[in-house]
Amino acid sequence: MPSTTLRRALVRSLRRPPWSAEAWRDTRFIAAGIPMAVPVWLAVTESKLLIAVLAVVLTCTRPLADAQRGRLRSLYGVDVPPPRPGDSPNRLLGRLRLVLTWRQAAYHLVVGPLLALGAATVVYLWGAALVLSTVFGWSWLLPATTGLREWPVQLGLTAGGVALAVASPWLAGLAAWVEVRAAQLLLGPDRAEQLEQRVEEIAESRAGLVDAVDAERRRIERDLHDGAQQRLTSLAMNLGLARRTFKDVPPEVMQVIVEAHEEAQAAIDELRDLVRGLHPAVLEDRGLDAALSGIAARAPLPVRLDVELSGPIAPTVEAVAYFTVSEALTNVAKHARAKQVDVSVRTTGDRLRLIISDDGVGGADPSRGTGLTGLRKRAASVDGTLSVLSPLGGPTTITVELPCVL
Amino acid sequence: MRAVIAEDSVLLRVGLVKVLEAVGYEVVAAVGDAEELLAAVEEHRPGVVVADVRMPPGFSDEGVKAAMVIRRQWPEVAVLLLSQYVEERYAADLLATNTSGVGYLLKQRVANVDDFVDALQRVADGGTALDPEVVAQLLVRRHRDPLEKLTPRERDVLALMAEGRSNAAIAASLVVSDSAVAKHINSIFTKLDLPPADDSHRRVMAVLRFLEVG
Repeated sequence: MPSTTLRRALVRSLRRPPWSAEAWRDTRFIAAGIPMAVPVWLAVTESKLLIAVLAVVLTCTRPLADAQRGRLRSLYGVDVPPPRPGDSPNRLLGRLRLVLTWRQAAYHLVVGPLLALGAATVVYLWGAALVLSTVFGWSWLLPATTGLREWPVQLGLTAGGVALAVASPWLAGLAAWVEVRAAQLLLGPDRAEQLEQRVEEIAESRAGLVDAVDAERRRIERDLHDGAQQRLTSLAMNLGLARRTFKDVPPEVMQVIVEAHEEAQAAIDELRDLVRGLHPAVLEDRGLDAALSGIAARAPLPVRLDVELSGPIAPTVEAVAYFTVSEALTNVAKHARAKQVDVSVRTTGDRLRLIISDDGVGGADPSRGTGLTGLRKRAASVDGTLSVLSPLGGPTTITVELPCVL
Repeated sequence: MRAVIAEDSVLLRVGLVKVLEAVGYEVVAAVGDAEELLAAVEEHRPGVVVADVRMPPGFSDEGVKAAMVIRRQWPEVAVLLLSQYVEERYAADLLATNTSGVGYLLKQRVANVDDFVDALQRVADGGTALDPEVVAQLLVRRHRDPLEKLTPRERDVLALMAEGRSNAAIAASLVVSDSAVAKHINSIFTKLDLPPADDSHRRVMAVLRFLEVG
């Protein structure tokens, strides 16, 4: 893979004439790295400075790295993300222990100066190319005794200068490419950190998506509630009034009115169920506790409900809890042949724990039952967990743990 | 009887006016929010108020709050609350002020005009009318102690009592005789430890006991 990248880089730079904008961008970029390496070079040549420079570089790895990142971004358009800040209670010592610091230190102390050396060479070659290729232009300034005034020599030097001028953009491009790679490897996040960041981004975007879906459900619910449901109620009321008032209409007409009235009432009930399935208004207005007692009351079997909530719960999590209890009770009514269900909902720390237990026949298998799989997926959508304890013969206990806040 | 209606949805408000007038009420005011409602009650002193729970500006429980003010300041005015959904705490709040002449129904019940008028009449006559869904919710709330002693049949009877039904209506709905209902009710009074006194008062007490447990 690096070889193809390299080849592509070579092809690109060979196509690049020395007067092109890219050639100057590469050169400008690598040249800007030279001053930063000067202290290290001095330290290497002057051993008295070594300790001081080492100390400065090691304590200033972060600002130095930031400066390098700034150079990459502003002069080369490459964004090297900073590594994740490590948790270091003991600031300096803690930072020194971190691997990322050593990667950065390696960059500032070894790789950076070497790259800068390369960059200095390239800059030097540019200069040489300029000087040599223009030898005809200035050689007359030199004393006549100099061999440079011989035209075969001048021709050779010019040819050499032109060759250097052709080679320099190529070398500058190569040096820039090496710099970018080195910076990405040593100054950017390593693989584990990249993955960690990615996971965080994905988790964030998923939470956003879940919230967006929830908000959309609520909007639809509100629209139905304030619009269609009111109209239907009004219609049914008028039909009911007609049914009550028109005593002397032909029986077939009354029949039509009665049917229409009953249809309208059935439609209200259906719409109500639909709205409840989307997002119950009571959940938003009165909270989880009130909404849960509504489900428990509508359940076709006796439900004992115990809700104890402390602290804030994210609306999305409330919705997940609501639908989990609702679906779990439907499941129990369908399969468990239970006489009684106990639902306990409480917050413990920053978790919301739902326990739904019935005295039914048991044997619920979360790996097969689609209902339970759906519940598990719902819990997982907010990073929650679901566990089922259901021996054959019962009883069944479903425990769901959700984070209170996303 | 004179009535005041408070409902922010124009469609329903007009419908309610029509229904009430059709069954012989005189609608003296039909308003859209709680403040106007209180002003209308102050001005007209109606026999009964029909009010939506959710009203502007907050769209939360303005109706309940207004109802409590009305029950405190003008105890002779009966109040029937309509709600989009059941919230038993509204019922509990409402009944905490006074147990007679109050009602709490799901909004959709107005579609069944006969039932609605029936409930309204009960409330206007100083009785109670609780929506069956409210009663069902009250039943699931951690009832331990006294209510645990009731038999399922007695709980059914108590639930219907809480809705505000008469003995005859309870008997009809459970398909039993009036005397059987009376027997159940007596047994409920005994189990809930309610002293023999004015019978209708004890009914209210039983319903209250029901609410308190929640």
